[in-house]
Amino acid sequence: MEMPVPDASVMSRKAQIVERLSEVLPRDAVISDERETRAYECDALTAYKCPPLCAVLPANTKEVADVLLICHELGVPVVPRGSGTSLAGGALPTADCVILGVAKMNDVIETNYDDRYIRVQTGRTNLSVTGAVETNGFFYAPDPSSQLACAIAGNIAMNSGGAHCLKYGVTTNNLMGVTMVLMDGTVVEIGGAHLDAGGLDILGVICGSEGQLGVVTEATLRILHKPEGARPVLMGYDSSEVAGQVVTDIIKAGILPVAIEFMDRPCIEATEAFAKAGYPMCEALLIVEVEGSDAEIDAQLKLIMEIAAKHNPVELREAKDADEAGRIWLGRKSAFGAMGQINDYMCLDGTIPVSSLPFVLKRIGEMSKEFGLDVGNVFHAGDGNMHPLILFDANKPGDLELCEDFGAEILKLCVEVGGCLTGEHGVGIEKRDLMNVQYDPADLEAQMAIKDIFDPAWLLNAAKVFPLDTSQERRAA
Amino acid sequence: MTPKTEEELAQMIAGANGPLRIKGGGTRPIGQCEGDELSISAMSGISLYEPGALTIVAGAGTPISEVEKVLAAENQRLAFEPMDHRALLGTKGEPTLGGMAAANVSGPRRISVGACRDFMLGVRFVDGQGTIIKNGGRVMKNVTGYDLVKLMTGSYGTLGVLTEVSLKVLPDVACVGTLRLHGLSDAQAIQALSSALGSPFEATAAAHFPKGPSGDPVTMLRIEGFEESVKYRAGKLQELLKAYGEVEVTVGDWAEWNAVRDVTTFADQTGDVWRISAKPSDAPELAAKIDATGLQYDWGGGLIWALTEAGRDIRAALGDFDGHATLIRGAADVPTFQPEAPALATITSGLRTKFDPRGILNSGIMN
Repeated sequence: MEMPVPDASVMSRKAQIVERLSEVLPRDAVISDERETRAYECDALTAYKCPPLCAVLPANTKEVADVLLICHELGVPVVPRGSGTSLAGGALPTADCVILGVAKMNDVIETNYDDRYIRVQTGRTNLSVTGAVETNGFFYAPDPSSQLACAIAGNIAMNSGGAHCLKYGVTTNNLMGVTMVLMDGTVVEIGGAHLDAGGLDILGVICGSEGQLGVVTEATLRILHKPEGARPVLMGYDSSEVAGQVVTDIIKAGILPVAIEFMDRPCIEATEAFAKAGYPMCEALLIVEVEGSDAEIDAQLKLIMEIAAKHNPVELREAKDADEAGRIWLGRKSAFGAMGQINDYMCLDGTIPVSSLPFVLKRIGEMSKEFGLDVGNVFHAGDGNMHPLILFDANKPGDLELCEDFGAEILKLCVEVGGCLTGEHGVGIEKRDLMNVQYDPADLEAQMAIKDIFDPAWLLNAAKVFPLDTSQERRAA
Repeated sequence: MTPKTEEELAQMIAGANGPLRIKGGGTRPIGQCEGDELSISAMSGISLYEPGALTIVAGAGTPISEVEKVLAAENQRLAFEPMDHRALLGTKGEPTLGGMAAANVSGPRRISVGACRDFMLGVRFVDGQGTIIKNGGRVMKNVTGYDLVKLMTGSYGTLGVLTEVSLKVLPDVACVGTLRLHGLSDAQAIQALSSALGSPFEATAAAHFPKGPSGDPVTMLRIEGFEESVKYRAGKLQELLKAYGEVEVTVGDWAEWNAVRDVTTFADQTGDVWRISAKPSDAPELAAKIDATGLQYDWGGGLIWALTEAGRDIRAALGDFDGHATLIRGAADVPTFQPEAPALATITSGLRTKFDPRGILNSGIMN
């Protein structure tokens, strides 16, 4: 993956830059020692590493504004960083950049149960947002797999999803307002405890802008009361076509499960060897979860089981209690770990129309043979968000590149069938050079024009999202 | 002008010599605007509908009624319950998808499932220079590049002319139940609605009329789902709200919710109509400040509809608050949209200049 040549004039001014930053931040909030900046050299896309010029850890909006103002004055690129869990390289530094980490900003500012929102500093982790309100029976709905570690700042940057989006939506549907600092240090308040924008929906474009428009320091998030209960069922089928049809039939029957998860044979096999959840060996496994009171769950599951039974399942298993529910989810939740036991893997994130599922799985199987790399599929079937896991050996020369080529072909296929390159992980550097597959030059120009307004000098996370040759003129100006 | 294709539209905009007034169905003349009329009515028709994927794609000129009919045949619906403005604004014509998207039109269910913008999956549009642009797509989860879909939704045609929209739809429900409380003050009513909305029993709508049909206050909650489920939740909510008085329950009545959605109580009354988005618990106090002749609360208090005497800008009385006020029906000399704080206004004007450098698209709206 190509990255821009670092600006030598910025690198040569490191001492001056660090000194200026130290004037506005506490001593321990500026990290410039080369041994220490290594901690920030990559995110969860570990194949790519580059230590930054320095890293700063401001504690509040004012300090963020001070930092950005200085970097703006000195023409220093800035890469914002949440918890560094991006699988797309969204927080990958350049050698000439200041990493702006939000890790120190993790306070709860306000909780309001009557009006159903929480306001937090954005360094707070996703799970600890729910942690702050769960004793009152509330939760924050978006639940990315990394929710134990990932920060709200990163969730907003990538518009993160999770397993329960079918019912609750993704970050953008649960974000009510932000405080954001622009690259020139201007602090902007957008949205709040009320609904919808009074003018243009600027909040809508900020969510998912991958840290390229500003640094979000505080966020107002929608919280909901937890459902009375939830229960999954597990079903196994002999073909992915049939499993795909079951998903469609459930949705067409007017039932809206909170989650529909899908695993294919390679993934089931890996998971069984690893977690021993007692899954049936079959071509396609579905986990469907519904919510409500016991009686409501019974009624919904009855309908779902009837639909499932019509399609000749290999296995149908309903959770009778919390323990059985836990076992049904166990395999799914350990799927990534299980694949990681076998080899290194790359996790893709394309979305496809649900109707294309059988075709896409078949093609991925064929491509797997062509490339000679194994792939397992585990994904959110209700919304078509796939997560093919391609196995490769990082120590074998050429394997990473082969894996990336294979991944690119899968993502192109997703676009071809009417889907997109990324459903919830973001573009970052990983999918940056594929943006031309999904968008025409005019489409990308319109997006870049938005960055021009927020960050005219293209200093914020500029080497991401847009193919380097497409953004070249703007970055060089 | 009534372009038949996107290319024709692009040429018309590129070649325009003066301002253009963009028209969908012409049922929502919100905001003042000059210029030659540019109708999108010919760009009509559903190009894709996949019930199993909960997705529909259609031309911006497609009548909402046509979409709803097609959805109903598969037992699905537009879950954000778009308001029909015709009664309130005294307009005729057919509301279109494009107009709905351009004004981010939602209804009572917005409080539980989200607004129009939350169901918008993709757009195609032509910007102020005649460039055809697409964003988003037809799948539910998509974070590929910036989200211009949200930006276009609710932009009232000031950034571009929508030609196609792609929407997420949801299953329709078997049964609707309505709970009614009587005689509550505005503050008590909002508290009651908040406690219902903050429960696990999934109220899908929550409204309050300080003056109901009989002249006394009526507070309403809606539950939807399978019949057993509606009955169960109604019982639970009755229990939860018993401190607020007797809770009446009826089943099967949609018409009264359509009246809430379309604010028909103000339809035959003269005066300006304001739409105020606020933090629900602030709503009773805000409403008390504006000397309204009529009030309706929706979204559990998060939305105040106010009828006031003509020509008065109520924003002076509202003061600085967490929210915004839009003049939906009223005199030309009162600004339609809430003025933005300077930093935000700079961004807004920057965006408008980028997408429409000549300022020809619905100029005058959102200024």
